Amino acid sequence: MTAVVDLTTAPRTGTRRKLGRGRIATGLVLIIAALYFLLPVAASVEFSLRGVHDTHDLSTWENLFGQPGFLDNLITSLELAAGTVVITLVLMVPTTAWVHLRLPRLRRLIEAICVLPLVIPAVVLANGVLVAFRGGPSWITGTPVILALEYVVLALPFTYRTLDAGLSAIPLTTLVEAGRNLGASWLTVLLRVIVPNLRTSILNASILSAAMVLGEFTIANLLLMNTLPVWTVQAGQQDGEVATAASMLILIVTWALLLLMSVFGQRGARRTGRSR
Amino acid sequence: MADLTSRNRRRLDLLGLLPFLAYVAVFLGVPTVSVVVGAFQDDAGGWTLSNLGAAAGDPYLHAFVVSTEISALTAAIGAVVGLAIAFAVSASPPGGVLRQVVSTASGVLAYFAGVPLAFAFIAAIGSQGLVTKWLGALGLDISGFSLFGFAGITLVYLYFQIPLMVLVIFPALEGLRPQWREAASNLGASRWQYWWLVGGPLLLPPFLGALMLLFANAFAAYATAAALTNGIIPLVPIQIAAVMSGNVAVGQENLGNALGLGMILVVALALAGYAWMQRRTSRWLR
Repeated sequence: MTAVVDLTTAPRTGTRRKLGRGRIATGLVLIIAALYFLLPVAASVEFSLRGVHDTHDLSTWENLFGQPGFLDNLITSLELAAGTVVITLVLMVPTTAWVHLRLPRLRRLIEAICVLPLVIPAVVLANGVLVAFRGGPSWITGTPVILALEYVVLALPFTYRTLDAGLSAIPLTTLVEAGRNLGASWLTVLLRVIVPNLRTSILNASILSAAMVLGEFTIANLLLMNTLPVWTVQAGQQDGEVATAASMLILIVTWALLLLMSVFGQRGARRTGRSR
Repeated sequence: MADLTSRNRRRLDLLGLLPFLAYVAVFLGVPTVSVVVGAFQDDAGGWTLSNLGAAAGDPYLHAFVVSTEISALTAAIGAVVGLAIAFAVSASPPGGVLRQVVSTASGVLAYFAGVPLAFAFIAAIGSQGLVTKWLGALGLDISGFSLFGFAGITLVYLYFQIPLMVLVIFPALEGLRPQWREAASNLGASRWQYWWLVGGPLLLPPFLGALMLLFANAFAAYATAAALTNGIIPLVPIQIAAVMSGNVAVGQENLGNALGLGMILVVALALAGYAWMQRRTSRWLR
C-alpha cells in the first residue's frame, strides 16, 4: 500500500486524514462497547460487596460458602463437569481418531451429527428427555447422572470441532502405522501415541465442556436437578447480593478456564511453529 | 474375493462408529423423536393435530410472535454493533492485547454467560442497581424502565448477541485481503467504491449468515430470560417450561411437544440459512 501511496504526496495526506478520522471512530466504538460490557460486570462486583447502610465489605462473599445448599450444589456442578469431561473424552477421542484413520469420507457426516445439538434448543431437549426417559432406571433419570449424559451431547459441537482440528494438524496415519508396525495394540497406540499428540486439543475440549457445564441452567432447572446455576437463581429470589456473588463466581471460574485454554493454545502453537 | 474382503473390512470399520452413533441416538435422537412424535399424539396415544392447533392458537401464537420480534431485533442490532466492534478490533495490530481480550471475552459472554448475565443487569440497572443510583444522583429517574419487559430483555440479550457476532464475523473481516484493497485503489477506486463494489458484496453473505445464527441463538435462549423475569414475558421457551411444570389445562400434556416442534422448525430454518451463507463465504475465505 505504501509503495502506491508514496508516488504522490497529495493523496497521502488525504489518506492520513481519513485514517485519523477512522481512528477516532474506532476508538469511540471500542469505548462505548467497553462501557456497555464492563458496567454490568462492575455493577455485579459492587452489588456483591454491599454491606449494611451504604457501606461496602466482604461479608456477602464470606457468607457465600456458608449459605445453605451452596457448597453441595457447587460440588454437584464440579462433579458434573468432571463426569461430562470423562464421558466426552472416552467417547469422542477414539471416535474422531477412528474417523480420521479409517473413514475419512464420513468426516462431513460426523461433523453434521455433532452440530445437531445446536438445532435442538436446550428447552426442547429437556422436554424430550423428560418424555422419553420417564420410565428409565431411577439412578439415571432421578439423579444428575442424566445431566452429565446430556451435557456430553450439548458440548458435542465444541468438542468435536476441537478434536477434529487437533487430529488434522498431526500426521496421524504415519504415527499409527509406525506404532502398529512396532507391534503395539490399538489400545496402546491410542493411549501412548494418539493421546499425547493430541494433548492441547484434549485439554481444550475438556475446558470447553467443563465451562459449559458450570453455567448450564436450562436442562438442570427443567429436570428439577440442583446445580450451582439453579441454586443461584433460587437464591436470587431471597437475596440478590448472595446470588450476584455466586453468579460472579461462575463467571470468574469460566473466564479463568478459558484464559487457561488460550494460554495453552498459544504455547502449543508456538511449539509447532518452532518445530516446522 | 479381494472385493469381498475389502467390503467386509469397511463394514468392520463402520463398527468403530457404533458407540458414538448409539450414544447420540439415545441421548439426542430419542428425546428429539419423542418430542416430534408427541406433538402429533393425544394423551391416550392416538394421532391428532389438536396439539399443533393449540400451539398455533391464542396465548402461544403470541409467544411465537414475541420471540420472533425479540430475536429479530436483537439479531439486527447485535449484527450491526458486532460488525462495528469487529472492524475496530481488526484495525488493531494482530496478536495484540486488544484482540486477545476481545476474543476471550467474546467467547465467555457469547456462550457461557446465561445466569450471571441476568444478575449482572439487575445489579446494574435494577431498582437498586449501580447505574440506577448514579443516574438517580444526577436527577435522572430510570425506575420506570423495566428490565423485565421487551426493552429490558432486548438490552440484556444484546450482551450475548454482540459478542457472538464479533466471533462469527471476525474471520470474514480478516479474510478481506489488503491486496484487494490495494488493487482497487491502484485502479483508482475511492474508499466508498471499494466497499460498495468489493468489500461490501464479499461481506454480505457472511453478514446475512451471522444474522440468521444470531436469530436462532436468541430464539433458543432460555436461561437468561428465565433467571431475569421469573417467566413473566411470554417467550416460547418460557411457555414450554410452563407447560412442563404442569401449569396448563388437563389434556394438554403434549402441548409442550408441539411448541417444541415449532421451535425446532424455526431454529433449524435459521441455521440452515446460516450454513448456506457460510458455504458461499468459504469459497473466498481461504
